[in-house]
Amino acid sequence: MANGDYETHEHDVIVIGAGGAGLRAAIEAAAQGVSVGLVCKSLLGKAHTVMAEGGIAAALGNVWPEDNWQVHFRDTMRGGKMLNNWRMAQLHAQEAPERVLELERWGALFDRTKDGRILQRDFGGHRYARLAHVGDRTGLEMIRTLQYHGIHQGIDVYMECKIERLLRDGDRVVGGLGYWRNTGKFVLFKAKAVVLATGGVGKAWKVTSNSWEYTGDGQSLALWAGADLIDMEFVQFHPTGMVWPPSVRGILVTEGVRGDGGTLRNKSGERFMFNYIPEFFKGETADNEAEADRWYEDKKNNRRTPDLLPRDEVARAINAEVKAGRGSPHGGAFLDISTRRPADYIRKRLPSMYHQFKELADVDITKEPMEVGPTCHYIMGGVRVDADTTAATVKGLFAAGEVAGGLHGSNRLGGNSLSDLLVFGRRAGLYAALYAKDFGGQLTVDSGQVESIAHDMLEPFSRSGGENPYAIQADLQETMQDLVGIIRTESELKDALKKLEVLKQRAAKARAEGGRAYNPSWHTALDLSSLLTVAECCTLAALERKESRGGHTRDDHPYTDDTWGKINVVIRQKGSALQLAREALPEMPAELRTLFQERT
Amino acid sequence: MPIVSMEVFRGDGGGGEFKTYDVDFDEGMVVLDVIHRLQATQARDLACRWNCKAGKCGSCSAEINGKPRLMCMTRMNTFAPGESISVAPIRTFPLIRDLVTDVSYNYEKAKQVPPLRLKPPETDGTYRMMQEDIDRIQEFHKCIECFLCQDVCHVIRDHEEKKKNFAGPRFFIKLAGLDMHPLDTRDRSEFVRQQAGVGLCNITKCCTEVCPEHIHITDNGIIPLKERMADGYDPIVWLLRKFRGQRKA
Repeated sequence: MANGDYETHEHDVIVIGAGGAGLRAAIEAAAQGVSVGLVCKSLLGKAHTVMAEGGIAAALGNVWPEDNWQVHFRDTMRGGKMLNNWRMAQLHAQEAPERVLELERWGALFDRTKDGRILQRDFGGHRYARLAHVGDRTGLEMIRTLQYHGIHQGIDVYMECKIERLLRDGDRVVGGLGYWRNTGKFVLFKAKAVVLATGGVGKAWKVTSNSWEYTGDGQSLALWAGADLIDMEFVQFHPTGMVWPPSVRGILVTEGVRGDGGTLRNKSGERFMFNYIPEFFKGETADNEAEADRWYEDKKNNRRTPDLLPRDEVARAINAEVKAGRGSPHGGAFLDISTRRPADYIRKRLPSMYHQFKELADVDITKEPMEVGPTCHYIMGGVRVDADTTAATVKGLFAAGEVAGGLHGSNRLGGNSLSDLLVFGRRAGLYAALYAKDFGGQLTVDSGQVESIAHDMLEPFSRSGGENPYAIQADLQETMQDLVGIIRTESELKDALKKLEVLKQRAAKARAEGGRAYNPSWHTALDLSSLLTVAECCTLAALERKESRGGHTRDDHPYTDDTWGKINVVIRQKGSALQLAREALPEMPAELRTLFQERT
Repeated sequence: MPIVSMEVFRGDGGGGEFKTYDVDFDEGMVVLDVIHRLQATQARDLACRWNCKAGKCGSCSAEINGKPRLMCMTRMNTFAPGESISVAPIRTFPLIRDLVTDVSYNYEKAKQVPPLRLKPPETDGTYRMMQEDIDRIQEFHKCIECFLCQDVCHVIRDHEEKKKNFAGPRFFIKLAGLDMHPLDTRDRSEFVRQQAGVGLCNITKCCTEVCPEHIHITDNGIIPLKERMADGYDPIVWLLRKFRGQRKA
């Protein structure tokens, strides 16, 4: 089949993914006057951003005037154990407030302070109450605002459309080939610039807060197109996912519960987080219950409760309590707000948590504690990008949001994801549009490339006697859960690599049943290649980094090592093989370094 | 492990029928879990939409035993033991396959809603809004766009000819929210009357009943919208009502 036989769309910029980053990128690119296509796997407004609960971190200074971008920058870097790309962290902290105010101008209604400004809430690792929020459904407000603003900006939206591979002309990316979920028909996008905003990889684990969409699409598309990935060993296990009943295991419980006064306890009722305050955070963390409780009201004279240590610390602590036999009946910890705040306050501040526990677990969180445990939530690593422009290491390719690496270092602070989406989504849209405007010469797509991708995509239909793709996906999730989880060790990681090899061979035989129209067995079979690719990247990088830092804990290398603190693990594909490299972290300029010398 | 007999609609635009599957389920499962188990074990190509599995995204709308619901928020233990359960696509919208329907009507209506027109900021360049002024709009912003209200709306369901000039409950609360927005300055009365067709709604509250977010669509959204249409823009009607004390929409 020649190119002309495929449904074809041509744009200056295509954005893949329509969560917060993708929508914000598309809006910005359209504002630059270029033609924009927004391609998303689900219906518009259903992307993962909708599930974000707690808030958007931005140093607006509405609740604590002492707050400013320097403090936010410092918190972000310390939360990421200093492995963050300093320039991304700086831009993020500087630009987040304006991005939040912009959402307000587009119609978002955040909860208010008494004098009518945007209210901000406490969250883990943030020195001041900093998260602009709407109860516990901030992501919904954000995506809906962007969605309804975006549909009036002349953007062409392609819903339920999955890009399977990027297309290259020489050394630059010039579009992608995908399929419509509804019909299974191929669709070809020609574009001068491509923005990846596809989110994360959490579906490679069994217990996860992530939806079916999180199959590492963007990371894999970038890698296969020749771009570098960094920091893939850093996977965030959110400390508080639901643990019971089994069918809801992993569903997120917002950090806002702790931000609004909730506390973690073990089966004896002990507030165990006081036993897990690491040296790194001792200076800024309360070491007794009275001070921790006072801190919510008086931040000047008290230190932060250890319940709100960064997520990596809290997840490891819960994990350790459960292992020591001090967990809750279903293998988690208790998270209690019922004895600490009035029922009305809880229902007002945390309505969707109230609803979720009531409906799914028969638990009334205003009367009894929740049971929670770690759940795979976020990947800090991803596509290596230029801090200012979000350009990947291949021409014509840009990345923003969870799919990009660098901003969060080894561990992301809660609330820094939604702000990341806005700040770098906007930058991706802007610089992709500028690149497209400068694009010289013809936009040519090689029909051989297209043919070969199309051929591979149809293979799952022709494999007689092939295997059930759901079974392969389930075994992959089991493997990653057991061997590349919160606590890692060399022998298990090596074992995981062997198992991944076997899974790859099985995936090559995965068989789709039925026809091409809206066929989830076909979609699942296709998604296995990206899911296995990112699983292998995470495992290889985890094996390479012989220290413990943030979202990467090695049982056999339990300490943080300064040498590793200056290194990113980089992954790129040469031929069909993955190559690892240790490359130097960009060095922070002296004037920013001084921010880390003041009191903790 | 208990076993349930589940009737699931299988088919496409050309037709279809319910197929019965016997499937086991575990404690705490919701209907969506059972559908996933069916996909993994007995019906690999069974089409359904889902994303968050926590009642936040509004993707997995279906008609369960004839009632419009989210599959992810319908617990299996809400059915009597041995009760058979039927799962069908929401029927107001054209079928694509199995449990997936073409909901593009809603996305077209969304595009027509005249967007926020911002008033000028305060002298310091920012905006102030008081919590009590946005409480009622925040209720509308809880909408997860599951389109169950659109599914049960009689006008959309039964009157194809009226759909062109009717937006439906989802967009009535969108419009009400914009109308009540403290920063908005746009007059949408013409749109609400003509293109959105709020007059066609006869307040049967079916939409409110099925809303998984428990938004008071009719009482807090549609009725005030109707009243504003009647009150705000026709001084003679307004004057007459003033004298007679009537508040009928």
